[in-house]
Amino acid sequence: MSEYSHAIIIRLVMGIATFATRIIPVLVLGRGKNVPDYVLYLGRVIPYTAMGLLIVYCLRNVPVLESPHGLPELIALSIVTATYLWKRNTIFSVVTGTLVYMILVQFIFTI
Amino acid sequence: MNNKDKQKVTTKDIKAALHTSSPIMVTFIVLGIGYGILMQEHGFGPVWSVLSSIIIYSGTVQFVSVAFLSTGSVIMAGITALMISARHIFFSISMIGRYRNEGKKKWYLYYALCDETYAMLSKDDGPDGVNTSAYRLLVTLFDQISWVFGAFLGGCLGSILNFDSTGIDFAMTALFTTVFLQQWIDAKNHVPAILGLAATFICLLIFGTDFFLIPAMIIIIGVLTLARKKIEAPGGEDDE
Repeated sequence: MSEYSHAIIIRLVMGIATFATRIIPVLVLGRGKNVPDYVLYLGRVIPYTAMGLLIVYCLRNVPVLESPHGLPELIALSIVTATYLWKRNTIFSVVTGTLVYMILVQFIFTI
Repeated sequence: MNNKDKQKVTTKDIKAALHTSSPIMVTFIVLGIGYGILMQEHGFGPVWSVLSSIIIYSGTVQFVSVAFLSTGSVIMAGITALMISARHIFFSISMIGRYRNEGKKKWYLYYALCDETYAMLSKDDGPDGVNTSAYRLLVTLFDQISWVFGAFLGGCLGSILNFDSTGIDFAMTALFTTVFLQQWIDAKNHVPAILGLAATFICLLIFGTDFFLIPAMIIIIGVLTLARKKIEAPGGEDDE
């Protein structure tokens, strides 16, 4: 098998697997317009749990026990929280928090 | 609103979608460039990066896929992609109600439902006076176009563009945090928000970084199911 055909097969397999996780719940739980009440309930309430899941997922590799002990993340998240509560502007908070974080990890908490 | 009105896309819809997508678009272009550069370093040019971004369209899976492209086992590649993407099961379930009237468009909406698009679209029906259906499609499309465009740029320009973007991925964490805060402000019942954070964190401690998402989702759905009466009681979530 040539290198490129192997690369294409890998891509297709990973693409199908990714698509499967996005489409199987729909095929199983709600194909038509009549969606069970229980699924609608989950749909209303899951977004409120999913952000916590995603935040933990994003931070899963932060080394809490080693230097710098997650300090850059803590500082940047505090800035995101404070600016958001102050201005309620997503773009402003995301840009400010990310710039601060990039400066922290590139120039201040260098190992 | 009749069917014809529903399909019209106005400048207002485009503006609203651009506004929502803008933080994601900037980050996706930068991260996409990083992906394109990485691919080029492994001998795969811009066409390959663009192809991957269309076939797979998942940042984490695509970065991991690079390791499999030349020598990896096909079965392991599939299992790895399933493990990483399992969280999307969770997201798709919660869009079933919202996308049920989208007709054929829903296949694209689900295919391109990445974490960031989900975070923006699971919030509400979109800004006031905006055609929700068009708005959702545009946000989804703008996000993917940015990712594909970034991957293409990175693949074309390669090392010329090799600026230090370390830390840019924090933008995703920041984005999810702002959505979390807005939900916290809007919700009367904070049990789901705390449940999401706590269950996932505890599962991370118990199962480690590779396997924690699936048990976390099972626990969350279990608790949501058992506590349905309490959560849906007056004073609970009510955003329909």
